[in-house]
Amino acid sequence: MKRFSQKHLLGIKDLTREDIELVFETADNFKAIINRPIKKVPSLRDVTIANIFFENSTRTRISFELAQKRLSADVINFSASSSSVSKGETLVDTVKNILSMKVDMVVMRHPAPGACLFLAKHINAQIINAGDGTHEHPTQALLDAYSIREKLGSVKGKKVVIVGDITHSRVALSNIFCLQKLGAEVMVCGPTTLIPKHIASLGVKIEHDLMKALQWCDVANMLRIQLERQEIKYFPSLREYSMLFGLNKEKLQKLNKEIVIMHPGPINRGVEITSDVADSKHSIILDQVENGVATRMAIMYLLAGSSPQ
Amino acid sequence: MSSKVILEKKQFDITIDRLCIELIEKHGTFQNSAIIGLQPRGTYLSKRIYNRIKQLTGKSNILYGELDIAFYRDDFRRGNEQILPSAMDINFTVADKHIVLIDDVLYTGRTIRSALDALTDFGRPAKVELLVLVDRRFSRHLPIQPDYTGIAVDTRANDKVKVEWTENNKQDVIHIITQN
Repeated sequence: MKRFSQKHLLGIKDLTREDIELVFETADNFKAIINRPIKKVPSLRDVTIANIFFENSTRTRISFELAQKRLSADVINFSASSSSVSKGETLVDTVKNILSMKVDMVVMRHPAPGACLFLAKHINAQIINAGDGTHEHPTQALLDAYSIREKLGSVKGKKVVIVGDITHSRVALSNIFCLQKLGAEVMVCGPTTLIPKHIASLGVKIEHDLMKALQWCDVANMLRIQLERQEIKYFPSLREYSMLFGLNKEKLQKLNKEIVIMHPGPINRGVEITSDVADSKHSIILDQVENGVATRMAIMYLLAGSSPQ
Repeated sequence: MSSKVILEKKQFDITIDRLCIELIEKHGTFQNSAIIGLQPRGTYLSKRIYNRIKQLTGKSNILYGELDIAFYRDDFRRGNEQILPSAMDINFTVADKHIVLIDDVLYTGRTIRSALDALTDFGRPAKVELLVLVDRRFSRHLPIQPDYTGIAVDTRANDKVKVEWTENNKQDVIHIITQN
């Protein structure tokens, strides 16, 4: 009998290929459910979930909350800016206080890499990482790979290029782990300053010429330039970045094939991707958002079901 | 552990034919009726019945669907087994239809309770009936009874009733497995 191997979802690194496939198969069922008139199932009606966000988020937080509500879970939302964290309370204290209100699962986003692992060691609840600093963002990687599987039939053997700020991107790291586990080839592309020095040790190709990368790939995942994580300048100007690494219609038309365009959002229109490309038929950006709800429902369903009351 | 056959191939076919005739007697040409099999094991029986009824009535447009109850079960997070879903396939509206739910074995009635919940999430049927191949009598946890029964058996709580199908690379047969 198949089952999910983990108690928490801290990173894609901990998952097996079977775990990822189980998430996808389960997400297929949830995708069917969220497209029918009654979009709700009662599975998690005895589960309480806290969404704790120490960093801003629109998509991820709404997607998680919607997924929880469609599974009939009880939800509490907490964001750091409006809480006692600003009065100096520590992470463990904050979360312990929330858990003493009988919470079963915590979805957390935090600026420090490893914050979710730290929490999992100190707290008796299931933890889902919704992004920890520049480390991992596992649910984004799962929904990205699920969207590729949906669009191209499978992930195995496909060539995916991740373009942009690889150094600061948790989406890039989780995507690399996830795609490789599923048998895809991965390339990273960006300015030298934004590609970590030892990234090749993960078995990914490195390319600094966007056109060459696009010629090679089946799928291009355009990352957002994270202006909030650039305390020093990594490239001369946004204009220069968008000329060299931004995706526009002219570059796409020069290719002699069709490729799939992805973006984890939020888009800086005109920087990493132009509006005509983002809104074109090659883009599956809005499918990614829809699939986000289905894959997050699958993850929470599998995690809750793997740990009896 | 001992195993006893309670229905072998020849009787098996006769029983399924009889159930089809009973359904046709009640539902006629299935104008406003639909057949829904329960995933995963009830669908072997529901497909057989669906195909046989098409033959017997000569109608090819009878509504047929498959319902999965994984997300509606009342034992989620109560056992150690991970409950995984099967495919759901209902491409018609169940509202105001006469629905025949089909499963292989009726035991505690909990599956059927979940199925009723799952079904009403697709709409409000005019009427729901239950057809089972095996009714394990006197073992219900809920007030649920079948409208059409293939065979009724009396079993003890730790007995197992196993239905095997040619579609599943076995031969059509029903066993009762008794733990000694």
